[in-house]
Amino acid sequence: MKVILALIALLPFAGFLFNGLGRNIWSKKTIASNGTMYIFASFVFSLIAFWNVKEQGAITVHFFDFINTSTVHIPFDFRVDALSSLFLLVITGVGTLIHLYSAAYMKDETAPHYARYFAYLNLFIFSMLLLVLGDNYVIMFIGWEGVGLCSYLLIGYWFSNTTYNNAAKKAFIMNRIGDLGFLLAIFWLIVKLGTVSYGEVLTADSLAKLSSTDITAITLLLFVGAMGKSAQIPLYTWLPDAMAGPTPVSALIHAATMVTAGIYMITRTNIFYTHSAIAQNVVAIIGISTALLAATIAIKQNDIKKVLAYSTVSQLGYMFLGLGVGAYSGAVFHVITHAFFKALLFLAAGSVIHAMHHEQDIRKMGGLKTKLPITHLTFLIGCIAIAGVPPFSGFFSKDEILAAAFAKNPIYWYLGVVGAAMTAFYMFRLYATTFLGQFRGTEAQAHHLHESPVAMTLPLIVLAVLSAVGGAMGVPAILGGSHWLGHHLSSIVGEEAPLHLSHTTEWILMGSSVAIALVALLIAIGKYSKQADGEPQTALGKFLYNKWLVDELYEKAIVQPLHRFAGFLKEVIEKNVIDGLVNGTGRLVQYGARQTRLMQSGQVGYYILFMVLSMVALFLIWFNDIAITRFIQNLIK
Amino acid sequence: MVLLSILSVPFIAAIILLFVKQDEKANYIAIAASGIALALSLNIAFNGADNFDAMWLSSLNARFTLTADGLSKILLLLTCLSFPAILIATSKNQVKHKNQFLSLMLFAQTGLLGVFLAGDALLFYFFWELALIPVYFLCSIWGGEKRVAVTFKFFIYTFLGSLFMLIGIIYVYTHTTDQSFAYASFKAATLTAGQKVTAFALFFTAFAIKMPIFPLHTWQPDAYEQSPTAVTMVLSAVMVKMGLYGVIRWLMPLFPDAFSAHSNFVMLLSIIGILYASFIAIRQDDMKRLIAYSSIAHIGLMSAALFSNTEIGVQGVLIQLFSHGINVLGLWIIADVIEQQTGTRSLQAMGGLAKQNPTLGILLVGFSFANIALPLTNAFVGEFLMFNALFQFNPWMAAAAGVSVVLAAIYTLNMVQKCAYGEVSESIQKMQTPNLPAQFVLIVLFLVVLITGVYPAPLFDLTADTLQQLFIK
Repeated sequence: MKVILALIALLPFAGFLFNGLGRNIWSKKTIASNGTMYIFASFVFSLIAFWNVKEQGAITVHFFDFINTSTVHIPFDFRVDALSSLFLLVITGVGTLIHLYSAAYMKDETAPHYARYFAYLNLFIFSMLLLVLGDNYVIMFIGWEGVGLCSYLLIGYWFSNTTYNNAAKKAFIMNRIGDLGFLLAIFWLIVKLGTVSYGEVLTADSLAKLSSTDITAITLLLFVGAMGKSAQIPLYTWLPDAMAGPTPVSALIHAATMVTAGIYMITRTNIFYTHSAIAQNVVAIIGISTALLAATIAIKQNDIKKVLAYSTVSQLGYMFLGLGVGAYSGAVFHVITHAFFKALLFLAAGSVIHAMHHEQDIRKMGGLKTKLPITHLTFLIGCIAIAGVPPFSGFFSKDEILAAAFAKNPIYWYLGVVGAAMTAFYMFRLYATTFLGQFRGTEAQAHHLHESPVAMTLPLIVLAVLSAVGGAMGVPAILGGSHWLGHHLSSIVGEEAPLHLSHTTEWILMGSSVAIALVALLIAIGKYSKQADGEPQTALGKFLYNKWLVDELYEKAIVQPLHRFAGFLKEVIEKNVIDGLVNGTGRLVQYGARQTRLMQSGQVGYYILFMVLSMVALFLIWFNDIAITRFIQNLIK
Repeated sequence: MVLLSILSVPFIAAIILLFVKQDEKANYIAIAASGIALALSLNIAFNGADNFDAMWLSSLNARFTLTADGLSKILLLLTCLSFPAILIATSKNQVKHKNQFLSLMLFAQTGLLGVFLAGDALLFYFFWELALIPVYFLCSIWGGEKRVAVTFKFFIYTFLGSLFMLIGIIYVYTHTTDQSFAYASFKAATLTAGQKVTAFALFFTAFAIKMPIFPLHTWQPDAYEQSPTAVTMVLSAVMVKMGLYGVIRWLMPLFPDAFSAHSNFVMLLSIIGILYASFIAIRQDDMKRLIAYSSIAHIGLMSAALFSNTEIGVQGVLIQLFSHGINVLGLWIIADVIEQQTGTRSLQAMGGLAKQNPTLGILLVGFSFANIALPLTNAFVGEFLMFNALFQFNPWMAAAAGVSVVLAAIYTLNMVQKCAYGEVSESIQKMQTPNLPAQFVLIVLFLVVLITGVYPAPLFDLTADTLQQLFIK
């Protein structure tokens, strides 16, 4: 098992080395096939690992001691259990599909850049696998920052473009703010418990050792980390900008896998969160607020990828709502279904962009339904899934979160349903504007419209099937299911208590949320199947179109003041105050020297006088060091 | 004897070099000598070495004692790895009177090695100054336009610090029971608590200037900027470690009570310094100055961790002494390659390095991420332990210092963006032929970054005995 777990992580790393070092040697065919095969092999081993976990429960393997001091011991250990084995499958499975897709999508790149792209993508998978395979928070942190690096490299993949570089930099820096929270949580654990290994931290014993302040602080600090990585208020603004990267990257990293790391982290630490009502409320409130904020913005965006990006932020908000109300397996369920349908939507969007020659503005599309039949159908399935229409996958996972939210506090449910209605609306606005009605692009574009090659449509079809039927893993009892996923995760999150909702209530909740979503969906189709959105007219429309002006606010309230502060330190304090004092001292000494030079008068009497004085001084120094000690001490004080 | 020979190799080579007129030959001799020293240092680090002891100045009872524990070994390794790296990486640079330049470099290495090996306080002081003097000449003869004023300031500033230390050494010496400069005698010196505070203050001044601790740092950016880059590398990869070394070797064990009494104060200064230098680095356009301020911030973290007086903090510093040296060396070499070929250090004038020279671009990105302590690079291990120590001491201090984690990402990625990304600028276009020796060195150093970052166990093992001496009462 040790070898298998090592291989799961190391195969993508081998792919990284292969393509990274051989970027000037290999042909594009070699690059793409190797890049993809390494991930696929990792997927196969992940299946084996998954099977083993099912048979015999969690497995921990030790490789070496990463940090070993007398007080802190951090082993380099992997752990595969019910939770991580699921993530392994999603990462390597969706990862394989996206590598395959990329082989065709990126074919216009020159071989060295093509290799660079695949190397980064492989490195990303490696980091993400470290993140979920690690058996302690430090290994998780290694993967955590590793995926941040890869995200940075891939957002800025076209590095000649300054805007893209800025987006990459912004992503890394905002993530770092979160990482600082994560780090402090790790230190808190080490100081209080002396360990960061899951097996020792996540136990009743260690909970008993911690005060409620400790638990709240640790959980909130971890959540700060999650805010960065999983793009929650206030650290979400990097994710929409991250769309600067190639579209498959958006699908893999900025939708399906990396951004769900925060959900993984909190699910992993669930027993801590369950013991801190404050942390739970904070998570739920931030989650639902983010879900709503991002949904309102998505309604007014016209860039196909931007809509999907805000949709991702919004869906991540739902997952945190689920975590905050204690529906851990529901959140993980939504992670998985979201990975299917959001990867699908992004890849389908990529197929559209590919066909439209890099046009991303949906106002210039329309009527693509007949030209891109496979893309159209799969995109539609993705939209239905995300809108929460039964029996597609998104319905089940979202419903589970909403039901738990209702049980906790009905207000969460109402807000959640409002968000769900908006989701249905903006997704079908996107669908209708892009695929229905008349084509609004140029002649040349119309002439070149074509369905994408098999390497691109095959992943679309696979993901569409998963998006359609993926809900089967978590059909709730009320619909006659057994909720396989909930049982599967019970070793991590415990058997979740039934929700104390009557069947009638559950039916009403489910029925009304579906009905509202369907209404919103139909309104959107009716409104946008003929024409695209014009320029926003109302003040509210402009406000949403401009993303609540949050970027502008950050720029004015944080970035610029800090920039000016740094300038002040550099130009005023450093140059004039501190160095000024040093140079002033120097000048004073020089001045003093010019004056004392006058004492060198050549008169013997003076010399003798100075000699005697010096001897007295020496006498004092050598034989009365108590006095000099006091003198120096006074000087210091 | 091996300790004496590692000192002698660069010393003898330095003398020989004075008589070698051809640049090429001088280069080979210098590189060969530093290579031998590297081999010896590896031998010492992994096989250990017996102390060397001989009478030196008998009238004062000062002995020529050389000794190497974990602390010495790790700095020995750093010094002996840095010098061949520097000499090879800058071997293509045009330097007038190259043999003299190289000779002084090797004298400086001798001094540095002596500092890290001396087991006798007067000998320590002797080498401390011996390391400074060649650097003074290197800067003032081969430096940039403003070299005279800058070097003068640098020299006076650090020399002043050294004088305080000399007074401190004599002061403790007069209180030893056997009138000796030996390390053991110094440790056993009979000083009252008040006297220890005095002695602490005298030593501390020297070390604080050398490190430097805020606000005693202003000599450093100027000196780094104006020195020839080979010397800047010596200064910032190795020489600043003298101050930290001094703290661990002399301050902590000799005056433990005074040390912990002043922890809060020094840590506060250090943390202010970290944030202060990080903010200033954000606004630097000169690549060398940016690296200089970044280095001040990193050293600030190391001094804060030392003064937390925790085992984990000192362990972090011991690792970071080495890692910081490697990382900053990598950045300097890249800055030097660019400056040599383009004639500019202004980030504004750069751009497109990744396109013009992908290998160098990749290395810049690599060392930059090591500079911000990305996990699995060497700096992460040290910084993780050091922040952990700060947290143990006071969580708020850790949080405040932790802001530098974000600031470091800002200034470092700014540098990467302006230098490597974007369209190829006019000056970067001048970089037609790659500097192969420099790239070779960078690749080797980067391998060290990764290996010690993934598997730091050898560094832990190497330094275990120092920690034991310091923390097992």
